[in-house]
Amino acid sequence: MISGVRVFEAAGGVLVVGGGPAGMAAAAAALRHGARVTLLEAGYDLGGQYWRHLADERRGAHEHRLHHGWSTFQRLHEEITGHPRCDVVLGGSVWAIDRHDDAPPVVHVMVGAPDGTDREPRSYTPDRLILATGGQERTLPFPGWDLPGVFTAGAAQALAKGERVAVGQRVLVAGAGPFLLPVVSSLIRTGATVVGVAEASGRRRLARGWLTRPWELASTSSKAGELGGYLKDLVRHRVPYWTGRTVVAAHGTDRVHSVTLADLHPDWTRVEGSERVVEVDAVCVSHGFVPRTELAVAAGCQLDEQGFVITAAGQQTSVPNVYSAGELTGIGGADLALAEGEVAGTTAAGGVPRPSLIGQRKNLQNFAIRLESAHGIRPGWQTWPDPQTMLCRCEDVTVGELRDIAAKTQSRGLRSLKLTTRAGLGVCQGRTCGRNVEDLLSESLLPAGRTSYRPIATPVRLGELAATITPEREDPLP
Amino acid sequence: MGPQRLPATQDPVAPRDSGPLTITVDGAEVTGQVGQTVAGLLLGAGRVSWRTSRTGRPRGVFCGIGVCFDCLVTINDIPDVRACQRRATEGDVVSTEPPVREASA
Ligand SMILES: Cc1cc2nc3c(=O)[nH]c(=O)nc-3n(C[C@H](O)[C@H](O)[C@H](O)COP(=O)(O)OP(=O)(O)OC[C@H]3O[C@@H](n4cnc5c(N)ncnc54)[C@H](O)[C@@H]3O)c2cc1C
Ligand code: FES
Repeated sequence: MISGVRVFEAAGGVLVVGGGPAGMAAAAAALRHGARVTLLEAGYDLGGQYWRHLADERRGAHEHRLHHGWSTFQRLHEEITGHPRCDVVLGGSVWAIDRHDDAPPVVHVMVGAPDGTDREPRSYTPDRLILATGGQERTLPFPGWDLPGVFTAGAAQALAKGERVAVGQRVLVAGAGPFLLPVVSSLIRTGATVVGVAEASGRRRLARGWLTRPWELASTSSKAGELGGYLKDLVRHRVPYWTGRTVVAAHGTDRVHSVTLADLHPDWTRVEGSERVVEVDAVCVSHGFVPRTELAVAAGCQLDEQGFVITAAGQQTSVPNVYSAGELTGIGGADLALAEGEVAGTTAAGGVPRPSLIGQRKNLQNFAIRLESAHGIRPGWQTWPDPQTMLCRCEDVTVGELRDIAAKTQSRGLRSLKLTTRAGLGVCQGRTCGRNVEDLLSESLLPAGRTSYRPIATPVRLGELAATITPEREDPLP
Repeated sequence: MGPQRLPATQDPVAPRDSGPLTITVDGAEVTGQVGQTVAGLLLGAGRVSWRTSRTGRPRGVFCGIGVCFDCLVTINDIPDVRACQRRATEGDVVSTEPPVREASA
């Protein structure tokens, strides 16, 4: 028996992990259907990546100017935090989940300042568990992408919304997908000059993805309105929007001072001779998103071939009493996360989702399919890195090293390649390079998402861990 | 050139004045606003990198959401704290090199 850990018997309760749009909607819906709810969020605040905002002490009078659906956030926030049946735990990092075949999983949490030393360990045994841990950006490697001044687009967004810091003064935004647009708007509102937006997908593909069957988009008109607003910002600030073009190199010694842009063929290989150099002091890159599936994997949830958690109509996963919602189950933006969260919270609390909600989720799932067909990563990116390009930023393993060792050892085993190359063995545990490693081992036997198997979901200090397993009796060792 | 904090007076979001907050970073004082993260303070002060990788390559903020671990610092002698995840508190002593651990005999 583990002592030193307060065990929270959330019997009859619904436990939600993640306080983004999906988790907030799930908690609110479960409360509406009569459940007791515990909401665990690792960060200092609810809102997730979409509604990342200034700290309470600095709360802006016009915070809505940086957010879409800010009133939805405020409504959900009020509904959850003011509710007598809801316990919101901020600073609660879930670091492990124990599976039990015929009992609910046990959820282990450290509560306190991020990466602290004296956090409070807790364990929960809920009746129903909803995982809404969201996603993270995927950045494809190119020469110089590890130079300071190269950020993920999400980092620029988080710093703009949460800190009012612009990552640079002359900024290039590059990658793929509509997410590049809100980043431009936030950068502009934080005082930066955006020198251009480079969308890797070409005109034809964008047209095919977005303009076919336009009637389907009518039902997601809030999305169209949101995108329209961002486009207005581009026009008003004369920010060029290039399609079929991307950043293929960043230059500098200690920090980035310029980038090379190149045109791309439809498969994302470079058009030779199209290169041009642009001076910048920051680059924001986003080639799409991957789910943060550590906890789902630990709970035993089955993933699909792209690495997303498989869910049924009520957001049930393959594990009884475990549900999932939001970016974990597919990439479709905050509105889809909200709809899925509401379905998950409703069914987990024993309710039946309204048909209109199910319809809305279906429309937004179609939007997600268009997103992938218009902007999904194409294999030609593998020609951007040269052999010296960093692949694993933590361990400084290059693309050349991975390819050489894979060729020499004929190994396709993830474990042995990790051990021989060190890719994915560093502090981030392959969170940043994992999918790129999977892609580069092209005839790989690895199913997608295989590199996200990590028994410890968030870092815990050994001291903290040791403190949770104080023996009950001080028996001398034999 | 580089990152910069938008002065509150020019900010369309009109943040409340939360008051100044000062930490020391490798012995030098860096001032920001109450409620900022350590990474936000460092970037707001114009720094883009504060650590080196295993082979000496400079590292600072990359993902901004706690997944890449590029932004690690030592805070009040506690190593490996993600600067983008930890809010600063007045008087925090930040070191950008990990503490020297003395080998035990
Ligand atoms: C950095 C970043 C910025 C983004 N900004 C925008 C934007 O401005 N506009 C836009 O349209 N889309 C944005 N997106 C896309 C956005 O992620 C989704 O549209 C939306 O936020 C998804 O909602 P979600 O609830 O599924 O996940 P999220 O909003 O990501 O919420 C997941 C929550 O789970 C928490 N969590 C994760 N793991 C644990 C754990 N182990 N223990 C406890 N809590 C945990 C996280 O702290 C987070 O708050 C951004 C994505 C990223 C990665
Ligand atoms: S910048 Fe990635 S963890 Fe802090």
